[in-house]
Amino acid sequence: MKVIEGLYYSKEHEWVKVDGEKAYLGITDYAQQAMGDIVYVELPETGTELAIGEALGVVESVKAASDIYTPLSGTVVDINTSLEDSPEEINNDPYESWIAAFKMSDAGELDNLMDAEDYKDFLEEE
Amino acid sequence: MKRTSLYEKHLKHGGKMIDFFGWCLPLQYTSIIEEHRIVREGAGLFDVSHMGEITVEGTNAGEYINRMITNDISKKEIGQATYSPMCNERGGIIDDLIVYRIDQHKYMLVVNASNTSKDFEWLKQNEIPGVKVVNESDNYTQLALQGPKSKLIIEKLTSFDLGRLKYYRYVFTCLAGFKALISRTGYTGESGYEIYVDNQYAKKLWDAVMEAGEEFSLVPVGLGARDTLRMEAALPLYGRELNEEISPLESGLHRFVCLEKGEFAGRDALIRESENGTKRKLIGFEMKDKAIPRNEYKVLKDNKEIGFVTSGGYSPTLDKSLGMALVKNSGINIGDSIKIRIRKKEHNAKVTGLPFYKRNKK
Repeated sequence: MKVIEGLYYSKEHEWVKVDGEKAYLGITDYAQQAMGDIVYVELPETGTELAIGEALGVVESVKAASDIYTPLSGTVVDINTSLEDSPEEINNDPYESWIAAFKMSDAGELDNLMDAEDYKDFLEEE
Repeated sequence: MKRTSLYEKHLKHGGKMIDFFGWCLPLQYTSIIEEHRIVREGAGLFDVSHMGEITVEGTNAGEYINRMITNDISKKEIGQATYSPMCNERGGIIDDLIVYRIDQHKYMLVVNASNTSKDFEWLKQNEIPGVKVVNESDNYTQLALQGPKSKLIIEKLTSFDLGRLKYYRYVFTCLAGFKALISRTGYTGESGYEIYVDNQYAKKLWDAVMEAGEEFSLVPVGLGARDTLRMEAALPLYGRELNEEISPLESGLHRFVCLEKGEFAGRDALIRESENGTKRKLIGFEMKDKAIPRNEYKVLKDNKEIGFVTSGGYSPTLDKSLGMALVKNSGINIGDSIKIRIRKKEHNAKVTGLPFYKRNKK
């Protein structure tokens, strides 16, 4: 199970990559493996304001649809439209396949997330 | 959770085990899409030992079964298999099953895992003199070898001339040295076989089939691909297209309902339904918008709700999102535009014929 240094991780198996005020969000290697073949991603609309825990989008595998809840609050400023045609990219490269980019409303919320080491430990407990 | 005799084999192959109606079975080994494609192009091996086997024996066995199911087995010979719904008095489907005529006065019913105890109780309740119904589900292992290359694999393991085995026929023969029932049936839309053996031979037979299949790139296939394969072939699944509130006439199983054969459970209701026309019917549809339909999603036409999705999802063979739906049987035809309500949005779809996929018969 791949875990990358320098990213933030949520207990719901999402990763967050911070780039200035922007935060990119995707699902982890563990999440994509658990879901299996991903065949559809429902992206949010840019401009959507979300609070922590709100549904950002839906990732669907052959077997089931899984809601993706945002671990950060903010406004969606960008979405990865390439996933509309190639949702399987999440399986192939989960850490490059960001789903949405946020303008964070409170960077302090990052403190509630795990770093790579903590996430690895968390995975071992799962 | 109950385990089949092949549980260790699934773990060895890296199976992702899930709880399927109380059975611990593999959802997939590598990938549902990959396993699906291999069955369409080569061959795949499934452990379907969770299926139930109920034997019916006695001088009145044939007559009794014919009164319990909707299809007519009265003219079936030893060596034949028959698919049939089994209905309640209201014409709702208790289960769909395969009847094997084993002997002059002996039959084996193969039923869905989720329904085995219910079916057995229903059959016992309706038992008549001269009939003995026994639940033998725990004694058998069932393998399904499916795909265009399955014949080449089985041929290596038996001296029986498989060319003689027609669709929905079976034979008791020696397979890899074990006594087995080999049936030309399946649930994938491909050619293939279902094989029944005593549990004690399960592991050895699994290994023998896997080994014989190596040169044909045989792989084990899980329940995930079993579902996508059967959906493309529009084979109904109990609990989705079929349940006790749905009649076989509604779910498109007309040709397995023989109203003229005489008395059987559900006949009066089905005759009435046949005369008055069914209230609902099963349709196929294809998504026009990018979205995945799933069971229980609502179907709309001209802004009115007309029914619900029974099965839906991504079709690996056709690379489209497809589904089947049970809808009001009035004014709905192939080619019509409909909408599927997915979460909060309504997505465009088009009514299609069924099945979605049909194999090329050489």
